[in-house]
Amino acid sequence: METFLTILLDGLQFSSYLFIVSAGLTIIFGVMKILNVCHGSFYAWGAYTAAFFIGKFSDMGMPDAVGFLIIVAAAIAVGVVLGFIIEQGILKYMYQRDEVLIVLATFGLFLVLEDIILIAFGTDPYFAYQPMALLDSVEMGGIIRDVYGLSLIGVATMVAVGCWFLLNKTKWGVILKAVIFDREMGISMGINVPFVYTLTFIGGAILGGLGGAYIAPTISVAPGLGTEVIVLSFAVVVVGGMGSIAGAAIGSLIIGILRALAVHELPQVELFVVFAVMAIVLVFRPEGLFAPAKPRKI
Amino acid sequence: MLRDTTSKVVLFGGIAIILLGAMMPNWIVNQLMFGFSRALAILGLLVLWRTGLVSFGHAFYFGLGAYTVAIVDIQLGVTDVFIRLLGGAMIAGFAGFVIGFIMRNYRDIFFAMLNTAISMVLYGIIVKTESLGSTDGFAISLPTIFGIAPETKYPLFVIITMIAMISALAVNFYLKTTVGRLTTPIRDNEIRVEYLGFSVAHAIHLKYTISAVLAGGAGALMAMSLGQVDPDSMINWTVSGELVFITILSGPGNVIAPFIGSLVFEVLRTYAFELAPQAWQLIVGATFLTIIFFLPGGIWSLIAKLGRKNS
Repeated sequence: METFLTILLDGLQFSSYLFIVSAGLTIIFGVMKILNVCHGSFYAWGAYTAAFFIGKFSDMGMPDAVGFLIIVAAAIAVGVVLGFIIEQGILKYMYQRDEVLIVLATFGLFLVLEDIILIAFGTDPYFAYQPMALLDSVEMGGIIRDVYGLSLIGVATMVAVGCWFLLNKTKWGVILKAVIFDREMGISMGINVPFVYTLTFIGGAILGGLGGAYIAPTISVAPGLGTEVIVLSFAVVVVGGMGSIAGAAIGSLIIGILRALAVHELPQVELFVVFAVMAIVLVFRPEGLFAPAKPRKI
Repeated sequence: MLRDTTSKVVLFGGIAIILLGAMMPNWIVNQLMFGFSRALAILGLLVLWRTGLVSFGHAFYFGLGAYTVAIVDIQLGVTDVFIRLLGGAMIAGFAGFVIGFIMRNYRDIFFAMLNTAISMVLYGIIVKTESLGSTDGFAISLPTIFGIAPETKYPLFVIITMIAMISALAVNFYLKTTVGRLTTPIRDNEIRVEYLGFSVAHAIHLKYTISAVLAGGAGALMAMSLGQVDPDSMINWTVSGELVFITILSGPGNVIAPFIGSLVFEVLRTYAFELAPQAWQLIVGATFLTIIFFLPGGIWSLIAKLGRKNS
């Protein structure tokens, strides 16, 4: 029972941060049809920025609660700055090119951003445990969990609800759907598509940064952070269906819980299981389990 | 078969490099070995790229070839360079043939992603399996040639260059056959190719298997010239990205392009690493972006332009 609960909670926590990161990836793919490899860098930049400033502010004697503000601020700053520069500076000029070529361009960006991290933050790992220490731990069903990890599940739920609300209940959602459905028709209806693209990319980047910034206190923030995350979120997005928020949620639950199960019961297959699921889904349902319905054009 | 300019350049260029190699210092010979080994994999990716397919997971075959060498060395004590190479290429080729049955139905992003998934499955297995060397990998004993253990690296260099020549000639020949010509046509319009009486699926399957054999051979040669294998520099997805990068850098124009591209990459990486050890990826990535933006035909398009001007 206790093992079961541990696996469940570990799985949920892991799914949560995967979901936050993958939601950004899938939104960008859904609207712009770009498979963004440098999304992993947004994650890494979020983690580094948050860890760096949490450490700095803590040294200055600020209360630890400021850490939470820093996490949000770091995510937004990373998303807005990097997202804006990359979309306006590079991707804007590539929309006419082949899809696969854009993937490769984002891979080039990924390499560049990885090294700028090394130059900016150095190779030593950062630890930003303060927000985690602040929140203490609780006992549930016989096991002790830290509250910070549990709050991750709450944040992911908030992101999911927020995305659902934005897409289904606001004017912005209607505009996004119109652009996803038919870009040209959207333009002729007076939608400023380039502007929508920029905002979408920045929004996706903020989610990527938030995933990193929120996870930063629980890990040691070290080089190579983004490399693993990006393939994991590829797996999530592929399993769920590229471009679908609900798909990203289901995908991250499947992969998060399977991985937690593997870590506890059979650690040798930890990574294998994730990508085996990805491969199997691609073989039997290439469009993913919950792919958004393709519009029929006449 | 050997009448066209490309074949002649490969033949005479290869022989010239072998002869010059005897006089060149060790570090240049090393660079050439790494470059030519990797170029084999690029040669395979070039065939796929001409068809409009980009694989973001060919490190799978590259790693399979490299690890075959490591395993036959450690488990069976095989040191002969040709048996090792053949083993690596054949195992990768067989895997490519089997996986090709699935892969031939995929295009675009899905093709790229399924390859990534498969390569990451292998990565996941090797990283977590102690008996396969885990994250540390294996060291490989020096290869022997017909039972003789060479004292310098030069004989291995000669063999790699010759294998590279033979592969380049073979691919060049293949691209001139009818099935081989079905590259750009498939990319442009599959239905028309089918109407002309060719099976697109079969053509892609063959190309995929060829690329797997070449990537496996490349991995095997790379393992022998480096003297070690490890998952992060052989199978991780970043390696697949690197292979695609060199393909774009080289350009699809000619079978010689991969060799030039790989050498440029080796030099670029070595110098970038010496100049700025913390920023070599930055330099490589920036070069990549520059090529995508300003030189879509790769380095070869520059050479082709020079050739046109002179003639």
